[in-house]
Amino acid sequence: MKNAHELIEKNVGLLTVLILIAISFGAMVQITPLMFQQQTMEPVTGLRPYTALELEGRDIYIREGCVGCHSQMIRPFRAETERYGHYSVAGESVWEHPFLWGSKRTGPDLARVGGRYSDEWHRVHLLNPRNVVPESNMPGFPWLAENTLNGELTAEKMEVFRGFGVPYTDEDIAGAKAAVQGKTEMQALIAYLQSLGTHLK
Amino acid sequence: MSMFWTIWISVITLGLIIGCYFLLRWCLSNKTGVAEGESMGHEFDGIEELNNQLPRWWTIMFYMTIVWGFLYLALYPGLGAYEGILGWKSSNQNIQSLEESVQARIDAKEQGYLVEYDRELDFAAEKFDPIFEAYAKVPVEELAKDPEANKVGQRLFLQNCSQCHGSDARGQNGGFPNLTDNDWLYGGSGAKIVETLTLGRKAAMPAWLDAMGEDGIEEVVNYVLSLSGRDVDPQLAEAGKARFAACAACHGMDGKGNQMLGAPNLTDNIWLYGGSHRAVTETLTYGRNGVMPSFKKTLGEDKIHVVAAYVYSLSND
Repeated sequence: MKNAHELIEKNVGLLTVLILIAISFGAMVQITPLMFQQQTMEPVTGLRPYTALELEGRDIYIREGCVGCHSQMIRPFRAETERYGHYSVAGESVWEHPFLWGSKRTGPDLARVGGRYSDEWHRVHLLNPRNVVPESNMPGFPWLAENTLNGELTAEKMEVFRGFGVPYTDEDIAGAKAAVQGKTEMQALIAYLQSLGTHLK
Repeated sequence: MSMFWTIWISVITLGLIIGCYFLLRWCLSNKTGVAEGESMGHEFDGIEELNNQLPRWWTIMFYMTIVWGFLYLALYPGLGAYEGILGWKSSNQNIQSLEESVQARIDAKEQGYLVEYDRELDFAAEKFDPIFEAYAKVPVEELAKDPEANKVGQRLFLQNCSQCHGSDARGQNGGFPNLTDNDWLYGGSGAKIVETLTLGRKAAMPAWLDAMGEDGIEEVVNYVLSLSGRDVDPQLAEAGKARFAACAACHGMDGKGNQMLGAPNLTDNIWLYGGSHRAVTETLTYGRNGVMPSFKKTLGEDKIHVVAAYVYSLSND
């Protein structure tokens, strides 16, 4: 009788296909059902879409790679909630595309940083973190204060988000350009940071 | 979770575990056409592959993981809507607001769920609540003399306050006040410190460029600096004094400030935004809007009490 297993052992293509099938069972159980759960699709009561300025700030957050060092996900452990505040819940992230939970904490978690510091502190801190926290190893982002936003694409970005199901009104989109035009990237980023985690009330 | 997804998850999960069992059984029989212990027919450098059975210890471990898998799925919530025999949850996730979060904790307890996160909180509450309750009964000024309480207060301070006020509490230039010098913007009594921490503070020094013009500001700067005994141009200072009436509304005619408004004392040579000629000019020209955030939500009453006592102790030894 022929050795059936030899067929898989000597055929990398077949092996790959079979491995993919095996892994996909995990995804089918772990991921697919979540896409249809109330819990992961229903926004928390206090959730509002990002304002135009916050949305631009979020893009700067992504551009500067903040997510590489800062998570936005407070896990339900007392050790975390004592420091950062109430643990994150799915309903806070339903309008995040993509979400910025991150997985690396070189710096602290930012999921509830909104309101924690003053705008001025953020400004000084972003210019050069060591001006306020001498032991910080975060890089400075001084160019944010010099770059201004023209708001050319803001309305379009909001349209895209509306396509994802974020409830932007026509007025929101019409006023988007005026809301961000002439503001610095610094102002946008601070507006974004100050909004983080403030919606679970 | 709906019935459909529960069935979906259960069928795939249980099916796979059972499938694993049969796969293992299948692999245990000899299908190679080579007798047990005989060569598989390839050899390299004197090393031969023999047709051996799967090791016994390994096979037993495989069976054990299958048993463990069923056991786990029976005890813990792994199969859709099925909640498991233990009623265990990591945390209450189905919440829409902080209020619901509090309620969910009470409900879970009543329904006999074992919520891991709540258990952590209960454990901590049992251990730490009596300590904070005892501290809460002692007035801030008294508590400031308790070295144990100050240790707790310092930890909380380092965690929550040091980012602005510095880990030594001496503040930072640019609007982050020194808390060790007994010079208070909003008052340094225990009650006032608690108030500052609880409600936060919002200072509003207006910009004077439009009202005074550059020359006017230069005069006022000279006068303000003279209040703390600095060398200034006496003529400009004299002119500035006449303009100071506008400033007196908040800072007082004598420039000694007003703690009701958080208007700094201008005569003590302690400067929130720097005391150089240039820094004071900038303050007057563009105004300043210092903000102390509220820590009511972050820390809660009892912890604020202890932090306030620590802050009080820094300048009242």
